[in-house]
Order: sequence, then C-alpha cells, then structure tokens
Amino acid sequence: MNNEEAKKILSSTMEKFIGLAATHLPDDVLAKLEECRAKETNEMQKTLYDAYFTNLELAKKLNRPCCQDTGLMHFYMTVGAKFPYIGVIEEALSDAVRKATFSVPLRQNTVNYFDERNTGDNVGERIPWFHWEIEPDRDDLEVIAYFAGGGCCLPGNAKVFKPSDGYASIVKAVFDTVSDLGINACPPLIVGVGLGTNMENAAVLSKKAYLRPLGTHHRHPKAAALEDALKDGLNKMGIGAQGMRGNIAAMEVHIESSGRHTADIAVGVNVACYAHRRGVIRFNSDLSYEIPTYKDAEEYMKNSKSTEEN
Amino acid sequence: MKKILTTPISFDDIKDLRVGDVVYLSGYLTTGRDDVHRRVVHEGLKCPYDFKDMAIMHAGPIVKEGEKNIMVSIGPTSSIRMEADEAEFIEKTGVKVIVGKGGMGNLTSEGCKKFGAIHCVFPGGCAVLASSHVEGIENVYWRELGMPEALWVMKVNEFGPLIVSIDTQGNNMFVENKKFYAEQKIKCEQPIIDLVSNYMEVEEQK
Ligand code: SF4
Repeated sequence: MNNEEAKKILSSTMEKFIGLAATHLPDDVLAKLEECRAKETNEMQKTLYDAYFTNLELAKKLNRPCCQDTGLMHFYMTVGAKFPYIGVIEEALSDAVRKATFSVPLRQNTVNYFDERNTGDNVGERIPWFHWEIEPDRDDLEVIAYFAGGGCCLPGNAKVFKPSDGYASIVKAVFDTVSDLGINACPPLIVGVGLGTNMENAAVLSKKAYLRPLGTHHRHPKAAALEDALKDGLNKMGIGAQGMRGNIAAMEVHIESSGRHTADIAVGVNVACYAHRRGVIRFNSDLSYEIPTYKDAEEYMKNSKSTEEN
Repeated sequence: MKKILTTPISFDDIKDLRVGDVVYLSGYLTTGRDDVHRRVVHEGLKCPYDFKDMAIMHAGPIVKEGEKNIMVSIGPTSSIRMEADEAEFIEKTGVKVIVGKGGMGNLTSEGCKKFGAIHCVFPGGCAVLASSHVEGIENVYWRELGMPEALWVMKVNEFGPLIVSIDTQGNNMFVENKKFYAEQKIKCEQPIIDLVSNYMEVEEQK
C-alpha cells in the first residue's frame, strides 16, 4: 500500500472512530460511574446520576455526541519505529477531525490565538494536538483520542515547589484544584497528577495519568498508596456529582512521575469530567485495527460510514 | 411524585420550593444569555419576548434552520457570567424561573428574593437528554445576535431535571457549598499530608 492509500484508510477509520468516541463512554468509565452511582444516597444525587445515564443511553441510541462540548481533539500516540506510515499520520488524523466535525457532528470549538476567528472545522494551529512516543522495536500504532472540553480543562494547573514544601505540596495542589474549579467540571472527576522536574513535564504527565485505564496504579507502592489516599480524601469532602453535595467527587486519582531535580518538586494537576471520552485504537502495520475500549466498537464501526465512503 | 411547573408560572407555584428540590418544566422555555442581558439591562432595549411569569435558559443552542427550525442540541452554559445583570433582568422582565449551569452569586439570590424568582441547574454534559424534552421551536427573536445569543422560544415537555439552586427566600446552594468545601478541604487533606510527611526520606536499598 502506498502512502496516499494508507492516508485515506487511516483518515476514514479515524473519522468513524471519532464518532464512536464522541457518542460513547469507554467500558471502564461506565462501570466506574455505576459504582459511583451506587454510593450516592441522597435524592438529588440519584436524580443527577439518572440524568447522566439516560443521557448516555439516548446519545448511543440517537448516535449523537453525549456532551454538547466535544472539546478540542488531543491524540496521544505510541508509534513503533517500524510502523510503515509514520509520515502520513498527522495529516490523516487532521483530515479525520475536519470531516468528523461535519459528519458526527462535533461542535466547532477551535479558535486560533490572535486571529480570534473560529476555524469552523476544529483544525487549527497545532490542533488537533499530537503527542508522540516512539517504541523502537514495534511496527504498530496506538492512538488515544481525547475530547478536551472547555469546562474540564479550566481547573488544570502546574506549579513548581521547593523541596522544603515536601510531598504536602502535592496533596494541597490536588485538593485546591478539585475544591475550587474542579467542582464545576462535572464531577465525578478523574484526577491526573503529574510529578516532574519542571512545570511542563509535570503537566504532560498529569495528562498521561488521567488517560490511564481506570483503577490502574503507579508502580511504586508509596505512590499507589498516595493515589488511594487522595481518592478517599477527596471523596470525604461531600462534593458529589455536579459539585452539588454528595459522596463521590473522584472516580480515580492517578499519578505519573519522572525523575526530579534535587532542588524542585513540580506538580501538575489535570481533571477529566464524568464524560471521560477517552478512546483507544490500535493499528497493525497493515492498518487492520482493534478498539479495546468499547465492547460494541465492532458493530459501530461496521454500521458507520465515513465521508469518503458515503 | 414529579413536581412539574407549567408556564405561565405564578409566585405561588414557586414560593415553597427550596434549594435542592427537583422540578420539571412544561410549556415554554426561552434561551437568553450574555447579549440578551446586555441589551435589556445596559442598552435599555425592550425585550421582544415577554418573559413575565415565564422561564429563561442560559444556553446557546445548535439549531438546524429551515422552514421549520429544529433543535439539534441544547445544553446550559455557565450562569455565573450573567451574575452582574441578572437581578436587574428579573426586575425588568418579571421572569420567574432561570435555568442554567453552575451556581450564581449573592446579587442574583438577592434579586430572586426581592422579585420572587428561582434559579435552577440542569445537569452539565446532558445535551441529548435536554433536547429530547424540546418539542419544537415556536419563534426566534434577535436572531441578528447570532445563533447562540438569540432568543429561541422552545415548547418543552417536562424539561429537566431542574435542581433549585436559589429559592425565593434567597437561599443560595452554591454560595453555601463553597464555604462548606473550604472547611472540608482543611479537614480532609490533613491526614494525607501526615501520610506523606516522611516521603522525602531516602528509601532503604533493597
Ligand atoms: S465538563 Fe465535561 S461533561 Fe461537563 S460540560 Fe464540559 S465536557 Fe461536558
């Protein structure tokens, strides 16, 4: 297959996949939301969860984006150095976003700085956002697609502390973020915490943290203990769905870390809302693919048509 | 039993509702957000839609326009942006029910108390549910403001759930919650700060 053909296939598959990921929540998120729902006791919270689930069912049935804010598209990618079509991936994915904006449809959310005009197709300067990681010995491509909504991006922050502030600075950063703007970001949230050497790598790690499959833990036992303690602590605050007083503020807290300079503790905190639209698709070198995040993915992809196919 | 408010809404219909109560709305619900408030409150224009005893929704919908306008998607937008103008808007128009996302501040709760209105929250991120309760679009005013800012008059059927966040006594759920969470934060983070107090110590080599 030449590059042009590969680009067409990638774009057309990704356009349908974006439709799938905008209209469905991943299986692990749905299961977690069910757990959270069962832990809420007051009537108002039950009403809110009923609304969440009815909305999700309707979205699926009517094939419409479950939240009106389909955000900006972020692609977190792991590509094998031997994947044959590395050169066309960015173009193919941008094309898929452009087409999905009309075929799904997605809300037109993208504005370039300084032009301050809506681009109309969700493609803009460095948007969709691409994050690359390269695996030396593999020949496949894994794409994590994430719809970054306005409300859930607002609370995010990263800050560098002095070692004398200690690990307490991490705890405080998490509680400050969730109790301030986090309560408006449609809880229950998935809280990503990135610990790094400086502001931007902590921020990137905080994103990678919330993209992890729910309930997985950091490899270090102390970090894993902190993940659980933070989750339990946040869930004692009485926040609940929509920040309207209930039991569960956070579905999970995930931590990712890198080494740090002896003189700094860098902390990034990023929150994802209950509508955690995080879809994973894996392409083999012949562009056959699998979608591990939704049990009805195969059926959806079979029944859906890209702009090209129409 | 479902508590349903039907437009036109009288003061009696809403006077006993308290923050946290869940209601549904039938009849008419009309969108109006930043520009509508600016025109009515700051530019002194007469609102072409009579909100007296009616309901407003802070929202910028997606409408498929044609011979018949069709509501594609409607989700509430953050009400707090209207905070500076809402009390005067209530006074000028006589609107009884305000629907939005997130809370509003003390200015609005004072307005609700003085002029007899309530603010309700429709759950965020539930756009498909919201549009499923819209039966049709009956009219549009101030279309020149653009699709999100225009006044879209919707016929709705049991639109909700709507959770009362400000009641006619001026109780304000979100203002109260903010205080509550600030206190809770200090209590809840302390045990975890204690847990990590020795995390800076060098781990023993295994
Ligand atoms: S925070 Fe998430 S669920 Fe809520 S409106 Fe924004 S994108 Fe939708």
